[in-house]
Amino acid sequence: MRRKIAPYLLILPGGLWLVIFLVVPLVFMASVSTQEGDVVNGFVQTFRLANFADALLQYKTQFLRSAGYGLAGTLLTIALAYPVAYWIAFKGGARKSTYLLLVLLPFFVSFVLRTVSWKFLLADDGILLQPLKDIGLVPADFHVLQTTVAVVGGLTYNYLPFMILPIYVALERVDPRVVEASYDLYSTWRDSFTKIVLPLSLPGVFAGVLMTFVPMTSDYVNASILGGPANTMIGNIIQTEYLVNNDYPAGAALSFTLMAAMLIGIFVYAKALGTENVLEAAAR
Amino acid sequence: MIETQAGKEAAVAAASDISPVPAIELDGVVKEYQAHGEVVQAVKGVSLAITEGEFFSMLGPSGCGKTTTMRMIAGFEDPTRGTVRLHGQDVTDVPPNKRDVNMVFQSYALFPHMNVWENVAFGLRRKRVPDQEIKRRVGEMLEIVALTGREKRRPREMSGGQQQRVALARALVNNPRALLLDEPLGALDLKLRQAMQIELKRIQREVGITFVYVTHDQNEALTMSDRIAVMNDGLVEQLAGPREIYERPATKFVAGFIGTSNLLSGTAEAVSGGTATIRVGDRDRVLVPVADGTLEGGAVEVTVRPEKIRISHEEPGADLSAVRGTVAEVVYLGTYNSYAVNLAGGAEFTVFEQNARDSSITAERGDSVWLSWQPQHSYAIGS
Repeated sequence: MRRKIAPYLLILPGGLWLVIFLVVPLVFMASVSTQEGDVVNGFVQTFRLANFADALLQYKTQFLRSAGYGLAGTLLTIALAYPVAYWIAFKGGARKSTYLLLVLLPFFVSFVLRTVSWKFLLADDGILLQPLKDIGLVPADFHVLQTTVAVVGGLTYNYLPFMILPIYVALERVDPRVVEASYDLYSTWRDSFTKIVLPLSLPGVFAGVLMTFVPMTSDYVNASILGGPANTMIGNIIQTEYLVNNDYPAGAALSFTLMAAMLIGIFVYAKALGTENVLEAAAR
Repeated sequence: MIETQAGKEAAVAAASDISPVPAIELDGVVKEYQAHGEVVQAVKGVSLAITEGEFFSMLGPSGCGKTTTMRMIAGFEDPTRGTVRLHGQDVTDVPPNKRDVNMVFQSYALFPHMNVWENVAFGLRRKRVPDQEIKRRVGEMLEIVALTGREKRRPREMSGGQQQRVALARALVNNPRALLLDEPLGALDLKLRQAMQIELKRIQREVGITFVYVTHDQNEALTMSDRIAVMNDGLVEQLAGPREIYERPATKFVAGFIGTSNLLSGTAEAVSGGTATIRVGDRDRVLVPVADGTLEGGAVEVTVRPEKIRISHEEPGADLSAVRGTVAEVVYLGTYNSYAVNLAGGAEFTVFEQNARDSSITAERGDSVWLSWQPQHSYAIGS
């Protein structure tokens, strides 16, 4: 009898934690999302589903922009992370763990602080642009801050380690003898990479995409620090609805819409790319 | 040009005794590694010629350099010094994907994301062989290794023995000049390993390709090989056929590594007519065949296999080598009895006595016995 209870006791603390701090607020927010009223006179539950339609229609642009930024940032992190992960996994030698620590080093500095330091770096008269302007390489009114480039760049920078690590883990699990076998069977480096190494590392890319696309799309720090009015993401809108406009029902409705959209997106993505093939190679 | 070719052929013929151009030739091959700032020699100078169509084994304990030697033939390691030739052609600097040899890896190294058919077709596809021909050759090869009907299976869904055969097919389908096998049966259990030994030998006869087989298992090497190179500490200790390796071990290491050997230290007293008389301890003398002029007194070691020795209570005839001892242990092993005998001179001998029809045991523990053998079954060896 005792043996049957033990596993449940083990999940009890974590489970309770999640129920109290995730499920309860979620239920509360779900309730708020269909209420009407204002912060002075109080909110009344009217089951007004139109809150969702209103929110979606009003902030359609920001939704699409967030998805676009998330997508662009994710593709960029793949492009930047793959070579790094490849190099550490196959050429890192005895110093692998040192390199991995270097990849993780930014995490020792606060997320906001890192983003703010980017603002200094990219400032119109900052250490990057001013010298370029001085030597006339870029025009005097050239700026990076408050542009899409700055926001997507910031997102890419902040989430890069979340792509490097899973790809590294996947590459690390590729048996070197399997790679040797491909060379033994007349592969060029290119054949070996495209037919063997890349397919076997796709599960890592798959996991990396999940770990970067979702937080990037709902991110608000990069857009608010590095972006301008034309770069507002849905995360910024939700923040504004809650903290500035005090329109809790609108904020809740937006949050739920975003959550649902991403769950559907991930589901479709997993169905399309997370095929048996990819996972089977990983499960070896 | 013609002269050098003829000269080379003569040299090679002398080395291999059979075919004019060896399939694989190693010439003074050395492999050094940098490890912790020190130079480590994994292979200290190996020269050998492997004949076309031969089943050639490299046998030795782990760390003896056999796998490194094979990897230099495959092209995965560059020799520090020396030359690797395939069919007379210097391939020392040719990368593995341009060498006409294929390898069966330890633990197979099958492509986990591909099914059996794709695994086997991989090499042919890289060589841009036409699709029709790929289909035909993969089909034929799967038939040879008895995997027809399993084309769509993934490696993970197959038993160790089946994976083994996929790995074999994947290499052989390319019709290589030589097949290199790196401990291919190591991961299989005993019964399956024995079955695969016979299977491998059959396949080798069927396809007629040179097999180079790396193993630490002496039984495997003795069962399958035409010739065996016994390696130790980066060097070839002996290169000969299985029978000669077993019956006439060239060095103390070979005698100890292959089967069980008894070693006797003595002093050479007289050499005449190809036979040396060796004094062992105070009372005993044994006879050993030697080439004239190779032994002129001094310390010598004599080796004799346990199954060549007869154990008896009576003193044997004077034409036999004989030593005295006391039985320390008798072990019944089913098909034979094994005796541990302490010799008067201090050495410990193992004697195998076949469990014949009457199931009797000749001597009991504590008995004083004579051990005797025909002189031609013992050898004086260098150490």
